[in-house]
Amino acid sequence: MKSLEELKALRDKMKSQTDNRAVAGTDETVIKVGMATCGIAAGARPVLTALLDEAEKRQLHNVSISQTGCIGLCRLEPIVEVFRDGQKYTYVLMTPEKARRMIVEHVVNGNPCQEYLIGEN
Amino acid sequence: MRELALNILDIAENSLAAGAKLIGISLTADFDEDRMEIGITDDGCGMDKDTLARVTDPFTTSRTTRSVGMGLPLFKFSAESAGGRFHIESEKGKGTSVTAEYRISHIDRMPLGDFGGVVLQLVTMNQGVDFRVAVKVGKAEGVLDTREVREILGDVPLDAPEIRAFLRDYIQENLVSIYGGRL
Repeated sequence: MKSLEELKALRDKMKSQTDNRAVAGTDETVIKVGMATCGIAAGARPVLTALLDEAEKRQLHNVSISQTGCIGLCRLEPIVEVFRDGQKYTYVLMTPEKARRMIVEHVVNGNPCQEYLIGEN
Repeated sequence: MRELALNILDIAENSLAAGAKLIGISLTADFDEDRMEIGITDDGCGMDKDTLARVTDPFTTSRTTRSVGMGLPLFKFSAESAGGRFHIESEKGKGTSVTAEYRISHIDRMPLGDFGGVVLQLVTMNQGVDFRVAVKVGKAEGVLDTREVREILGDVPLDAPEIRAFLRDYIQENLVSIYGGRL
């Protein structure tokens, strides 16, 4: 059974490692997932989990993923907003599969998934 | 909403919007008496009597994007359609407390769903807010208190991948295993 004692060991291990995140610099990508009643009911939680898991798997340290309230287009939820290179990309009607593909093609390789963006649907 | 866990997430989001610094989530089940209870308590801004009286009306909301708010009405409905009860208390400036009770065996009771995943999301995605999550079934009880976790971690953030992985296992072994797939 996991205990808080193990957490102490983990903290000490982490503190001894040099933090690569500090070097990430200005090229940070910010991802926001709408997490109000409309988003949750439409399936925003699995989408957020998929984004976090994919970022963890690919060790993406210059990406910040967070949740936000109602974006105002409940009919197109789950909505994921990506802020990158001073531009905002709004992904609509997302699924965990689409979210994973978005991470690979847009966040990692820099090519937005046009067919998932608002305006294409 | 297909899972009670998603209702919990939704109500906790209300607490976050109310500026809460400490949110308590409790899940209590008694299989002998065939009842379970979900409670969400916060120390946020609370609401006045007038708002409280209207709060389970879907046409009452604090948001400005539109005039419909479904969170609390859906939660209330989930309890009342499963032989249970719903209760909300609030005091302006003090906080809000929401409780929903269910008959476990009722055919219309929604499954609890991914409660562990919801707890993980709440504790790792909200840096400035503390959570105390307690699961109790009979004599077995499990608690996750982020104040204790933060005290150990110091300046290491809860959303660091290594810590998130630890918390995922911790929640699974100390909270989810208590009711273990029976809800």
